Amino acid sequence: MTVKRLDSNQPDSFSFNKEDNDLIEKILKNYPKDRKQSAVVPSLYIAQKRAGGWLPEKAISKVAEILEMPKMRVLEIATFYSMFNLKPTGDHFIQVCGTTPCWLRGSDKIKEACIKLVGKEGEVSSDSISWLEVECLGACVNAPAVQVNEDYYEDLNYENMIDLINNLKNNKSIKAGSQIGRVSSEPYNVDNKNA
Amino acid sequence: MPKIVIDGKDFEVEENLSIIQACEVSGVEIPRFCYHEKLSVAGNCRMCLVDIEDARGMSPKPVASCAMQVSDGLKIHTKTQRVKKAREGVMEFLLINHPLDCPICDQGGECDLQDQSVAYGLGGSRYEQNKRSVENKDMGPFIKTEMNRCIHCTRCVRFSTEVSGSDEIGAIGRGRDMEITTYLDIAVKSELSGNVIDLCPVGALTSKPYAFSARPWELKQTESIDVMDAIGSNIRIDTKGNKVMRVLPRNNDEVNEEWISDKTRFFWDGLSLQRIDKPYLRENGKLRQVSWNKAIDVASEKLLNTNPEKIASITGDLVSIESIYSIKKLMDSIKSPNTECRQDGSKINGGREKWLFNSKLSGIDESDGCLLIGTNPRIEAALINSRIIRKSKENNYSIGLLGDKSELNYNYDYLGDDPSIIYDLIDNNNPFCEKLSEMNKPLMIIGQGALKGDEGEDYLNLCIELANNYNFLKNDWNGFNVLHTAASRPGAMEIGFLPGERGKDLDQIIDGYKKGDISTLFLLGADEIEISEKTDCFVIYQGHHGDKGANIADLILPSPSFNEQNGLFINTEGRIQESIRATFPIGEAKEDWEIISLISKKMGLENIDNSFEDLRSSLFHSFPHLADIDMCLSGEKLPKKIERKDIKQHVFKNSLNNFWLSNSITRSSRLMCERNNISVKTIEGD
Repeated sequence: MTVKRLDSNQPDSFSFNKEDNDLIEKILKNYPKDRKQSAVVPSLYIAQKRAGGWLPEKAISKVAEILEMPKMRVLEIATFYSMFNLKPTGDHFIQVCGTTPCWLRGSDKIKEACIKLVGKEGEVSSDSISWLEVECLGACVNAPAVQVNEDYYEDLNYENMIDLINNLKNNKSIKAGSQIGRVSSEPYNVDNKNA
Repeated sequence: MPKIVIDGKDFEVEENLSIIQACEVSGVEIPRFCYHEKLSVAGNCRMCLVDIEDARGMSPKPVASCAMQVSDGLKIHTKTQRVKKAREGVMEFLLINHPLDCPICDQGGECDLQDQSVAYGLGGSRYEQNKRSVENKDMGPFIKTEMNRCIHCTRCVRFSTEVSGSDEIGAIGRGRDMEITTYLDIAVKSELSGNVIDLCPVGALTSKPYAFSARPWELKQTESIDVMDAIGSNIRIDTKGNKVMRVLPRNNDEVNEEWISDKTRFFWDGLSLQRIDKPYLRENGKLRQVSWNKAIDVASEKLLNTNPEKIASITGDLVSIESIYSIKKLMDSIKSPNTECRQDGSKINGGREKWLFNSKLSGIDESDGCLLIGTNPRIEAALINSRIIRKSKENNYSIGLLGDKSELNYNYDYLGDDPSIIYDLIDNNNPFCEKLSEMNKPLMIIGQGALKGDEGEDYLNLCIELANNYNFLKNDWNGFNVLHTAASRPGAMEIGFLPGERGKDLDQIIDGYKKGDISTLFLLGADEIEISEKTDCFVIYQGHHGDKGANIADLILPSPSFNEQNGLFINTEGRIQESIRATFPIGEAKEDWEIISLISKKMGLENIDNSFEDLRSSLFHSFPHLADIDMCLSGEKLPKKIERKDIKQHVFKNSLNNFWLSNSITRSSRLMCERNNISVKTIEGD
């Protein structure tokens, strides 16, 4: 796991749009009025989306302001959870699962493909793609898996991962889910023509 | 009461104690790092592991004694082989990333980690990898950080949430990447921040001003009382030779608990700066050094040859009861009625109940709501604010503020800064009244700022009327509190250093000083009065720092500061406490009583005290109750009905605008000035 600290390059401003505010408002209704801090994790997640996949300092203090929390406490949460990114991510943000089942099924190869086509882990490439090794994505039956922005891509190997990244680069649409034509997590069949 | 067995011995302990507390009251030591009596339980250091055994047999693994409650029949084992091994294991893990730099660490000699690793640790280390290294943080001029030493006990983090209420210190990251820091590495702004230095069980947070200046075993310790505010915090003054090296809190749950404010902790560098060490006399507009004989001659001649009606005396904020009593005796014997101790111009007078913190400081913990009138407790009494912070975190504890709006580190209902809003509160005509009437034990804290000006006394009476309309005054509860800012004020009020018959009060004395109605003015450490230009009036200043009082003085008599002479003080709740001499006076300074007795002798007065003991026994003769040191004085019952005198143009004037530079010692202190500059900057920056 990498050390999570605020990025040295920070944007000048951050603001939520109306949609975000409505959503936070809705989340806040789940909790008593004087317990606004309960909504901190979903609020930070919304802020991360709004800021383009990562949390600048301005976003953290904005969340603190909305939830009437000390800034320090929000920063603690933002640095604690690995799903909050404190450094900029690309437009296509690939999260490579490196936990045991994926690793057994060849996640090292997936990482190799990423290094080859995207670059160093955590760095944004010129065509705005970045990748990060993360903890279990919960897609172990279709291992190895990666998450690109909101979608999962499963049953990967070195070759189809290269294709996947190339398609991302060329902005081609890719079918989410299994990359070998498996339907959800049906039994893996060696006779399958895609195998 | 649960009966428990600790290491084979039977004990009966109170209910709701944790195992670590039960062991502590039973005299069995359990090592700990993260556990602290005054903070919430974190249970993360695992040093306090013990074995427990109940009806079902031994526990399968050792338990953290700080996080486990005692129950009847519980058997606690603190000396088993398993506990010993567990402690050694924890110790070894803690030391993995802790640098072995004890010889150059300021905590050395009073370090929990050092002591406990000797007592409970293994002799050596099996760790061969590199240690973790962490960048040091800048936490301001008071706290020095050496973050490699941090063992992540989170005491400082819990302190900043629970006691100082400022939530400034936090732990970012997790696991081995966890770091203690402030938000974006800015200086800590709390007035209580220095306490994290004491809390830190290792040398990660140490005192910056005290850095590398002494080892604990070289210091002489004097248990004394603080006079920086009117709380009377119990302190320990550590000295080396004749120099104060540091000030630490002493535990007194009734007063300051375990904390002191940063002003109390770090004022001491002011004790060696700007000191008056010799008598001075102004001749042809210039102050010139003179001998004591000459100084005493001049003073006694002035006091003898001036019409007593034209003599006035004002006492300052840091003066002990004995000193005030000696000048009171002098003024009484020359029959000068113009005596004044309220140098901030507040109009308190009358019985104690009208100017004491009647609920006592510990009463704040019992209260279920609070109304602040014309006060900023964060500046005026940081430790009272800390108690309110603790209460404010409870459910349904509402706080109202009538006065200047300011950041108090808790949420409150702001009622406005117009003093006449009190009429709405009296007449149940304000939204806050509903909350007030629901409170069973409400507190009212009235600052000196509400009681200044011509209508100050009328306003105090309005407050009493308000108190009578709600539950503030009951048979078993008195929530009517006046908060003092000056350490010497309650003591001076107690012995009645107030204008006598046809005597002038502060405003009239200042007026007389300007117009010539006062021709000799005796200032006993009074540095906060608003006089800046010199007039023909002859001013005698007796004090220890070259500050405002000495500026306008014609004769300066050097006297010791509070830590250089013994003296009694009464704190804002009426507690009589003794301040003990820790160092000797500087230069030719003579003790307050001695100077005044020399003057009296020269004047040919009777009843002269020949020693401090004489003075004190004469004080105890006149005020026998003052001999009950550490006891709390209390007043009569407040009147049920008071004739109302309406206020017309009363305004709140906060008595302290600046926490850091509030008296002559702190104004001379470099550290306090540095800290003050930071707060000025951050306010501008915000």
